Amino acid sequence: MIHLDRVTFGYSKKKKLFEDLSLHLESGHIYGLLGTNGAGKSSLLRNMVGLLFPQTGKIHVGGYEPKKRLPAFLQDVFFLPEEIYLPSVTIRKYLEIMAPFYPKFDEAQFENYISQMDLPAGNKLTDMSYGQRKKFLIAFALSTNTKVLIMDEPTNGLDIPSKSQFRKLVSTSLDKNRLILISTHQVRDLDNLIDSIIILENSKILIQHSLDTVAEKLCFGTLASIDYDSRVLYSEPSIKGYKAVFENSDLEESRVDLEYLFNAVLENPERIKQIFSKN
Amino acid sequence: MEFKDKQSIYLQIADYICEQILLGKWPPNERIPSVRDLGGMLEVNPNTIMRTYDFLQNKEIIFNKRGIGYSVSEDAQQRILLYKKERFLESELPEVFKTLYLLNITMDEVETLYKQFVVDTFPLNN
Repeated sequence: MIHLDRVTFGYSKKKKLFEDLSLHLESGHIYGLLGTNGAGKSSLLRNMVGLLFPQTGKIHVGGYEPKKRLPAFLQDVFFLPEEIYLPSVTIRKYLEIMAPFYPKFDEAQFENYISQMDLPAGNKLTDMSYGQRKKFLIAFALSTNTKVLIMDEPTNGLDIPSKSQFRKLVSTSLDKNRLILISTHQVRDLDNLIDSIIILENSKILIQHSLDTVAEKLCFGTLASIDYDSRVLYSEPSIKGYKAVFENSDLEESRVDLEYLFNAVLENPERIKQIFSKN
Repeated sequence: MEFKDKQSIYLQIADYICEQILLGKWPPNERIPSVRDLGGMLEVNPNTIMRTYDFLQNKEIIFNKRGIGYSVSEDAQQRILLYKKERFLESELPEVFKTLYLLNITMDEVETLYKQFVVDTFPLNN
């Protein structure tokens, strides 16, 4: 559904944000894009939706080239940016103006989301709190039913119950024809919601795998000692010894801890690459 | 639902479903929540729920009727006990054995304690 073929991008010719980057994402999945601040997550997403153009390489999303910004492409893609700006109109008016751009927009679905989120339908968008505006736009984004839904840090600014609601809504809105890509640095917010992970760091994709594959290759657990244990990729001392990420040699399936995975990948990119290339 | 740290999520969800069945909340031949509904309820990716359902279907604890969805098998209770037993013997018992070995506890001691435990804990059945 989303294909990047040797894409290079930077804000100037000399300084590249990412280089020679290839990526293939399929429908029916919720992908989590992780990376440290400034790694280029948002720029990568903006390249995918045609808000930025690659310097070299090709991007295809649902068969279209985003930079051409064809209406047929735009009506089947929704991008929720991290910082949102909404006009000073009511929810009603916003729908009237914006919904027609998305042929599969479902008003009943939207009403349902709005009432679940307790949003005041009569208020102007600019009179709402930041969190409320964000929730409003998430509800709108999900209701467009576009094939591709990309959200940049969607849980920023949401209170705790809203984060849980966000996970519920996103989980139920996935179907086999839809691709959802979410970038975040608050990995706990996406726990159990994403099924595949992409880690972008130092202008490269360090890993891109399903969490099932990650659980097959790596083990997350507590070890009594980490000395002389060559399987260990990352560890932190804890009460019962060391909480560690280590190579999965016993075919044991543990729960993937995204935070530990992230740290392990950043600390040991080469070993990770090696482990994941083994069959 | 509160997930534990160690075990993979799809197995934890399998345990949750087994518990609902053993408690009689989801009776035999009755439909269980759809993949989507359970995903929303537990805030978990639907592909993970799908994996749980596939797993339970392989164990013949639930079955899938085309166009209707998943239902609890007639003999789900026995099958769950079988599956739980298998898992206990495979993964938990070796841990217990290890401790017994390290602490030098003999099988005779264990047997005496076990028998006493059964008498104390389940007096009506014995």
